[in-house]
Amino acid sequence: MTYNITDKGYYGEFGGAYIPEMLYPNVEELRQNYLKIMAEPSFKEEFDQLLKDYVGRPSPLYLAKRLSEKYNTKIYLKREDLNHTGAHKINNTIGQILMAQRLGKKRIIAETGAGQHGVATATVCALMGLECIVYMGEIDIARQAPNVARMKMLGATVVPALSGSRTLKDATNEAIRDWINNPVNTHYIIGSVVGPHPYPDMVARFQAVVSEEMQWQLQEKEGKTTPDYVIACVGGGSNAAGAFYHYLENTDVKLIAVEAAGKGIHTGESAATSALGKEGIIHGSKTLLMQTDDGQITEPYSISAGLDYPGVGPMHAHLYKTGRAEFISITDDQAMNAGLELSKLEGIIPAIESSHAFAILKEKNFKKDDVVVINLSGRGDKDLQNYIDYFKL
Amino acid sequence: MNRINQKLKENKKLLSIYFSAGYPNLNDTVSIIENLEKNGTDLIEIGLPFSDPLADGPTIQASSTQALKNGMTTDVLFNQLKDIRKTVSIPLIIMGYFNPMLQYGVEAFCKKCQDIGIDGLIIPDLPVDVYNDQYKATFEKYGLINVFLITPQTSVERINFIDSISNGFIYMVSSASVTGSNSGFGEEQTAYFKRIADMKLKNPQIVGFGISDNKTFSQATEYAKGAIIGSAFIKHLSKNGTDNIDSFVDTILK
Repeated sequence: MTYNITDKGYYGEFGGAYIPEMLYPNVEELRQNYLKIMAEPSFKEEFDQLLKDYVGRPSPLYLAKRLSEKYNTKIYLKREDLNHTGAHKINNTIGQILMAQRLGKKRIIAETGAGQHGVATATVCALMGLECIVYMGEIDIARQAPNVARMKMLGATVVPALSGSRTLKDATNEAIRDWINNPVNTHYIIGSVVGPHPYPDMVARFQAVVSEEMQWQLQEKEGKTTPDYVIACVGGGSNAAGAFYHYLENTDVKLIAVEAAGKGIHTGESAATSALGKEGIIHGSKTLLMQTDDGQITEPYSISAGLDYPGVGPMHAHLYKTGRAEFISITDDQAMNAGLELSKLEGIIPAIESSHAFAILKEKNFKKDDVVVINLSGRGDKDLQNYIDYFKL
Repeated sequence: MNRINQKLKENKKLLSIYFSAGYPNLNDTVSIIENLEKNGTDLIEIGLPFSDPLADGPTIQASSTQALKNGMTTDVLFNQLKDIRKTVSIPLIIMGYFNPMLQYGVEAFCKKCQDIGIDGLIIPDLPVDVYNDQYKATFEKYGLINVFLITPQTSVERINFIDSISNGFIYMVSSASVTGSNSGFGEEQTAYFKRIADMKLKNPQIVGFGISDNKTFSQATEYAKGAIIGSAFIKHLSKNGTDNIDSFVDTILK
């Protein structure tokens, strides 16, 4: 059993490239080139240099003493929240913009939900001087005004997605349609480990820097490269893919994927894809997704805009199906309280997405000598209004 | 012989029309099909609506969304079509995205199509290689022709492969676009139509995307066997309902 991708682009039965023929040349060009380009010494050098000098990597692995004391175990936080633009998303956009340049692309498109990936894409486009068009659901544009303003300041054009439910999945549809209409000069920077092969694998490889650093950081602090647990939240699943990547085949390391239960799994307002989803096709990938009995894709809900995607990356569908990772879903309330607790105990305000991962500490009993790494995927600045409204601050 | 193959033998340019089942009203499906046949349409593509139609432009998206709101489902469509062969004899194709078929069960879906008298399927997001490896045998068992798309960007090698596994016609997408995007064909498209015609493929080609009137229909069929109209017909339906389908078809074939 492998938990990595096969040559044909599948994780077990999940993945593949279920795309209209119009997209075939674009996706095929990427598929044929991405591993070659990533292996070029000049690519690696530029990628590493930008991660170091521009993003601010390596991100610290911080021993959270007060949190550890409270839960009577040893908890490390992987501080992706300290990256430039405030989350792990930039690891992927740096990689993909370098990929786009080497493929000779002049125009960049992206989808965004809450705006984090849109900001990370607009940032690297500004850095490289490339045209940037970000598709964003009309409803999300209204909800996420500060991120829309950021993208505009960075020189991106934000195009409202007016179709369907006018949120992330529709923004993704619009980006795909744009790519169909512009097959030659455009690269599509997908923001998570979703979409047709090779995207899930390519994005996972760019995010893999997270667990690569964890290995040597744990070696320094604990004298071994492996923790007992890695915990990460999952929407599409890119931060979890990065945090799990180098531990996938080492089953001594337990992986916990945390989904958003929203108002409760069975309330009809949830984004817990593993619990509620069935196998199907979304955005070019065979995976688990939330849908009606008739195969229409449904709209998820979470208080966290970064977790309300109706599908999940095919790697995670496979980790769920095989039992390699334990999937736990956390409600809005549990997440918000965990976010407040981390703020008070450690002086770190997490993104609400990341707060879901911290809520696991109340759900699972860890042993005193367990080494638990929680991927702190983003900072909470963008969520301040949500925290204010929720806690009446 | 499959009705599609029979129709392709006729010595004429073929007009194929697409509409989203369940639009403008849930129960318009049968009357639209009967009217199209009566007025000279050669082939009909019945759109099975999907929430996330990636290859479609705003017109077909909007009609799909409305059809779903009207209550269209796979079962409802099959039920509407159960007696269609009592009144309609031209080839009928279901065009839809793969996920609803997957949820219905691919084999059950194919069997139902055969029972009703559906002749073929067009599934834009079912890739050629997956079809060939996993579903070809099932489609053939139930006598269904699967129609593949090619575009101006499709390589010669891939076109030849698609031709080799097709047994009806090839759906030739006129330009790099989603449905409903273009107005008129230029030299680039004409050169592409001619280039494909010169390949002398074993399957005839029918052109789709960007055909909206008599002029574009004539341009598309100069080299190809036929042409498909979708968005322009949906626009007609949204304005006129199911009335005056005859005048729509007449303006194309005049």
